[in-house]
Amino acid sequence: MSTRKMSTIDGNEATALTAYRLNEVAAIYPITPSSNMGELADEWATRGRVNLWGQVPRIVEMQSEAGAAGAVHGALQAGALATTFTASQGLLLMIPNMYKIAGELTAFCMHVAARTLSTHALSIFGDHSDIMAVRQTGFALLGSSSVQEAHDMACIAQVTSLRTRIPFLHFFDGFRTSHEIQKIALLSDDDLRAILGEEDVQAHRARALTPDRPALRGTAQNPDAFFQAREACNGFYDACPGALEQVLRDFAKRTGRDYRLFEYYGDPAAERVIVIMGSGAETVRETVDFLSANGDRVGVIVVRLYRPFSVPHFVAALPKSARTLAVLDRTKEPGAVGDPLYTDVVASLHEASRTGTLPCAASPDVLAGRYGLSSKEFTPAMVKAVFDEMQKPAPKRHFTVGITDDVTHLSLAVDPAFDIEPDDVIRCVFFGLGADGTVGANKNSIKIIGDETDHHVQGYFVYDSKKSGAMTISHLRFGPRPIRSPYLIKRAGFVACHQPGFLDKLDVLEYAAPGATFLLNTPHAPDEVWAHLPREVQQEVIEKKIRFHVIDALTVAREHGMGARINTIMQTCFFALSGVLPRDEAIAKIKSAITKTYEKKGAEVVRRNHAAVDATLAHLHEVTVPAHAEGTRERQPLVSGDAPDFVQKVTGLMLAGKGDLLPVSAFPVDGTWPLGTSRWEKRNIAVDIPIWDADICIQCNKCALVCPHAAIRAKVYEPDALGGAPDTFQAVDYKSKEIPGLQYTIQVAPEDCTGCNLCVNVCPAKDKANPRHKAINMQPHHEHTDRERANFRFFLDLPEIDRAKSSRIDIKFSQFLEPLFEFSGACAGCGETPYVKLLTQLYGDRALIANATGCSSIYGGNLPTTPFCTNAEGRGPAWSNSLFEDNAEFGLGFRLAVGAHESMALRLVKQYAATIGERLVSELLSADQHTESGVSDQRKRVVALRAKIRDIDEPDAQRLYRRADYLVRKSIWLVGGDGWAYDIGYGGLDHVLSMNHDVNVLVLDTEVYSNTGGQASKATPLGAAAKFAANGKAVNKKDLGLMAMNYGHVYVASVAFGAKDAHTVKAFQEADSYPGPSLIIAYSHCIAHGYDMQFGADQQLRAVQSGIWPLYRYDPRRVLEGKPPLVVDAPGGKIRVQEYMKNETRFRMVEKIDPERFQRFAVQAQEAAVRRMAVYEHMSHLILPGASEGGE
Amino acid sequence: MNLSTTYLGFDLPHPFIAGASPLTETPDGARRLEDAGAAALVLPSLFEEEIHLESLATLHSTDSHANSHGEASSYFVEPEEFVIGPHAYLERVRRVKDAVDIPVIASLNGYTRGGWLEYARLLAEAGADALELNLYNVVTEAHLSAGEIEGRSVTIVREVKDQIAIPLAVKLSPFYTALPHFAGQLETAGADALVLFNRFFESDIDVEELAFASDLKLSDSRELLLRLRWLAILSGTLESTELAVTGGVHTAEDAVKAIMSGASAVQMVSSLYQKGIDNLARIKSEMTIWMEEKEYRSLAQMRGSMTIRTCPDPQVLFRANYMHQLRTWDQTRS
Repeated sequence: MSTRKMSTIDGNEATALTAYRLNEVAAIYPITPSSNMGELADEWATRGRVNLWGQVPRIVEMQSEAGAAGAVHGALQAGALATTFTASQGLLLMIPNMYKIAGELTAFCMHVAARTLSTHALSIFGDHSDIMAVRQTGFALLGSSSVQEAHDMACIAQVTSLRTRIPFLHFFDGFRTSHEIQKIALLSDDDLRAILGEEDVQAHRARALTPDRPALRGTAQNPDAFFQAREACNGFYDACPGALEQVLRDFAKRTGRDYRLFEYYGDPAAERVIVIMGSGAETVRETVDFLSANGDRVGVIVVRLYRPFSVPHFVAALPKSARTLAVLDRTKEPGAVGDPLYTDVVASLHEASRTGTLPCAASPDVLAGRYGLSSKEFTPAMVKAVFDEMQKPAPKRHFTVGITDDVTHLSLAVDPAFDIEPDDVIRCVFFGLGADGTVGANKNSIKIIGDETDHHVQGYFVYDSKKSGAMTISHLRFGPRPIRSPYLIKRAGFVACHQPGFLDKLDVLEYAAPGATFLLNTPHAPDEVWAHLPREVQQEVIEKKIRFHVIDALTVAREHGMGARINTIMQTCFFALSGVLPRDEAIAKIKSAITKTYEKKGAEVVRRNHAAVDATLAHLHEVTVPAHAEGTRERQPLVSGDAPDFVQKVTGLMLAGKGDLLPVSAFPVDGTWPLGTSRWEKRNIAVDIPIWDADICIQCNKCALVCPHAAIRAKVYEPDALGGAPDTFQAVDYKSKEIPGLQYTIQVAPEDCTGCNLCVNVCPAKDKANPRHKAINMQPHHEHTDRERANFRFFLDLPEIDRAKSSRIDIKFSQFLEPLFEFSGACAGCGETPYVKLLTQLYGDRALIANATGCSSIYGGNLPTTPFCTNAEGRGPAWSNSLFEDNAEFGLGFRLAVGAHESMALRLVKQYAATIGERLVSELLSADQHTESGVSDQRKRVVALRAKIRDIDEPDAQRLYRRADYLVRKSIWLVGGDGWAYDIGYGGLDHVLSMNHDVNVLVLDTEVYSNTGGQASKATPLGAAAKFAANGKAVNKKDLGLMAMNYGHVYVASVAFGAKDAHTVKAFQEADSYPGPSLIIAYSHCIAHGYDMQFGADQQLRAVQSGIWPLYRYDPRRVLEGKPPLVVDAPGGKIRVQEYMKNETRFRMVEKIDPERFQRFAVQAQEAAVRRMAVYEHMSHLILPGASEGGE
Repeated sequence: MNLSTTYLGFDLPHPFIAGASPLTETPDGARRLEDAGAAALVLPSLFEEEIHLESLATLHSTDSHANSHGEASSYFVEPEEFVIGPHAYLERVRRVKDAVDIPVIASLNGYTRGGWLEYARLLAEAGADALELNLYNVVTEAHLSAGEIEGRSVTIVREVKDQIAIPLAVKLSPFYTALPHFAGQLETAGADALVLFNRFFESDIDVEELAFASDLKLSDSRELLLRLRWLAILSGTLESTELAVTGGVHTAEDAVKAIMSGASAVQMVSSLYQKGIDNLARIKSEMTIWMEEKEYRSLAQMRGSMTIRTCPDPQVLFRANYMHQLRTWDQTRS
């Protein structure tokens, strides 16, 4: 065995490194946590990296996982070595093809970062529910427990599949393995060649469909044939375990790494044995070592080949001494006898017992345990709890571990103090912000230590649900032996807090072991910092005898022109304090890593970072810790005492990072969650916030419109409402001829603002003497928070405007309407949320929103907080996310249900006409509800109706009483991104648009898959670089609007609030009032475009002015009026498309690679814009013959 | 008519050069200018500051959101070939150089000492036949004296000259207190030619929006007068450094004036934008006709005929000029 090349990489890269070299085709679709595998493959292909056969694999991004599976199936049938990477819902979409691929005995290996399936809620995290959902497809399921295994099994699975013709699904735990960084031994090309049987590859190719040797597959079979033909594959499945065993032997011979189908580890005379697969097996192994050393007779069977489940191999792995097995499933199958692995084990023991192959004297007792759903932590303490349970005289036969189940009492008690981590492993925890680069620097540190020392390393990163001001926690381990601890660090020798504000929110030092080193980035000097710490922190520093160091990293960063990027500075401090490497050597390595990381971004970036590193140590100081805590300031509760009980008890704990402590009883049983909880989380993440200068304001309300977080608001109200206003509360006369005598206020929500600056940039009002000063200006958060907090509280209590009094809702009036979507976790400066907020302002009190999975479902509904909220009457948007692919259909379902309720209510109104009264009935049935006053009047009629029928003791009357609210018109909105509307959900969207039901589709078009990290969609414009279009997308964006116009009965609008906000408001109103399907395609600037989001509105304007994003409205109602249905509101042509493109990194990236290619794209984009507009211009003059009205 | 001249050591058939602009940016554009008769061309400037700003902006837009969320460790692909730096410019130098046979003069605007030196070396290595340093900067710091600014400029020229083997021109702005002295220092530092003068990017004010309106305006012949004066003066003070004019040459007569004032080369940009690149040949032809009509034998005979050393009334170039004009104006009024 030669010395192997080691590399420090994560599980996704480890897998992709193998899969890439063994395949010729990969068809993929992005989905967390597997996206990186496909992205890496595409990146390597773009760079021309070749596979084992000297070819660059063809990587294609499809419209969905179903599409990817279809493409792979076809490639396999045509004789290619093909693969795909997916997870969770993506895997579900592949199921139909998986049956086909297996049924046709096709050699194939796919790789899955196992992830939770959506049930009561979506979760991006890891468990085996997706794997278990395909165990019936005929695929072999081979699991890896670690990064090294993922690298190895990717090869082993593919080799075995080629040999056996059984398709393999190779899986590993999402996030815990896919995103964990480890130092692993790499398989060389020669290794792969040696293990791969070229004759198997040839056999696969020989089965290819080819007209030169034609064959026919995919027949339809009748009862006379199907059953027998289905059984014909049995021999292949029977042979599979043995074949895998042989491959594993060959692999061990070549690499020294010995794997088994079922691998027993522990005391040979173990009485208690855990059966488990995935990363949890590593934790059990580690705990078994510890317990065995203390005399416990325990062991573990690691399941690698889960399908085909080989009973002989399983029982052969069992120690003869085994008395009790605990089978741990990382999935939940409600209603089953037990979860799947458990039932397989029970059935296996039964069979072995009946056939006399069981090695044990008596068939062991089997307990069923469930753990780790959605990446719930699985620790040695939990393993210990399971082993303890197994020796109880009457153990729980079915249990859960890792949670507290106080409802069905299934959970095991866990001793939180049980800790087995060895002292020679260096453990470090870092708290940072996403934006400060902490994770990136830690990844660099791991690589430095992994690549430059003999240490083994492990890195794992915990991220926030929020996209703005997101916190990251990095868990790093370094040690002399391979690290088998796939769980978070609880007792670290080094804790770094990169943002001083965290100390007031979180118990950072909870992670510190006694005697640990604590590094704090703080603006306070070493001799002053102590007084600024919360008392609890002081106490912990003293009690744990912590060595306390500080640095003012922000000042160092700013002095070196790096803004708030403190990552390399803090990294330097880490190396200096941790002593993992000699100080000078560490600094040299850091600088070399900086050069490697940033040299593509320019010499200046490298120079500034190097200079900052050189300046760091002079600013790093140890703090002399006093003997006593003397602070008067205590950590404040994260949620106000005014919050509802649920928010305080449940949301509050989640916000504190202690959601794991919540018992089952704390949660709703069906995933239903209260609205409006985001208002209780005061994040205070802005450095500067907008402050209003009433003297300069022209009262246009544009600031409120563009605010992505509803953190700057406008109100008009009667002057007497100002009674009791704080002294600093600003109010001026409202300039209006229509409603004179009112007061006007623009108010910031100081603790909810993200400081994005969009509002200031769109503010058109400037001080005539000093135009730099506008009607709103960014000013330091800390100088204004206290005052503005009180002002905002008063502002919220001011009466809302009477919607019914509006004769017309224009842009200005729309911003007096209460937003029912506030303080979401969307990115600072998000270009989507202003549309969502506007939707709730206009229709939130009567809207049902179906939201496709993506950014909007994450900022719309990712716990801990919920941004959709209710008005004073308790009405608000009813919001739900079903899936990514089905949102149009899901929303149509809303419409159908609402229609059914409405029909029944209308029928019953007529039935009780005599009781209700003819006039009220007539008004109820004929109400025009297209204005706010119309809706308001109808609500009053419903109240009157209810009063009349409330006491009628008849089922129909009570039915009418309950459904009477449906007499008030509901507004159905189908919201999602371009990934949904253009790609994965297009089939459904197209169908729903074709049906002429009254639904409103809002496409938040960021022109890229934003949520999963910038993969190209069919909405990506020509010339933009995106993942899977690294050199710039070579074809035009799909014209979704034109396709919808093609039906003739669909209202279509293309809007961009930053270019023409009044047009956006008008389009929303027309869409809502249109009685059929409406489609609004909304330009949404996005961080994936690559520029400072504060200029989002400017860039929208450029898009419109250039014609690359024309504004138009296609209203079928105009046909009946004898007018052309299409009105082009902004045709572009004012600037060149290139002037728009030049401002965004996504386009400029292409220029940096190949300036002439960029120029070509710029010319083509210009031509495409002109051509597209020519079509629209032509259409906008077309008067169509009148048509009879369609309808549902 | 013999219009030949030498500039930066090149024997040029005539003095008309395509000045720095997007017209000279691409190999195709360069080829068209060569075909149109340009004797040499100056590439658009490599701006060190622009590279730095782009570098920082790209870092901000790509890295500030990376590794922040579980679903996306990044939002951009960064292919191997994606590099921010002078590489694209250097490649352009190579390709333009390959595309034409006329001398290709690269232009550099640095803002750090390291940048000036490093980029000058790279441009020379990329194959530029000569280098024009664009010493344009707006000094807004009140603590910096004219002496310090001039001293820095001279140092840059000296250090660059020491580092490269190709000829070096320096493009100046007109705003120096003692231009002849400064020009002399540049000559000592090694400048082979001075180019008079840089045209500034000047912002207008949009009085409705209370904002600056940036609109790059093309030059016209009126701008030539300032240049003529300094060509005439510096021709008399410099020993061997050549002079070129840029900004304001739109007609054959303009060109004649510049040559008479001592210019060895005439850079043209605005007139090529306004009237097309064929205007270069047209002006050359018109100048030839004019010279023939006036019975000039060669350009050399004409060059420098109206400098401070040779003109009939050098006082016009001094302070009296101003006084004289005032009197003239007064007389006209009365």
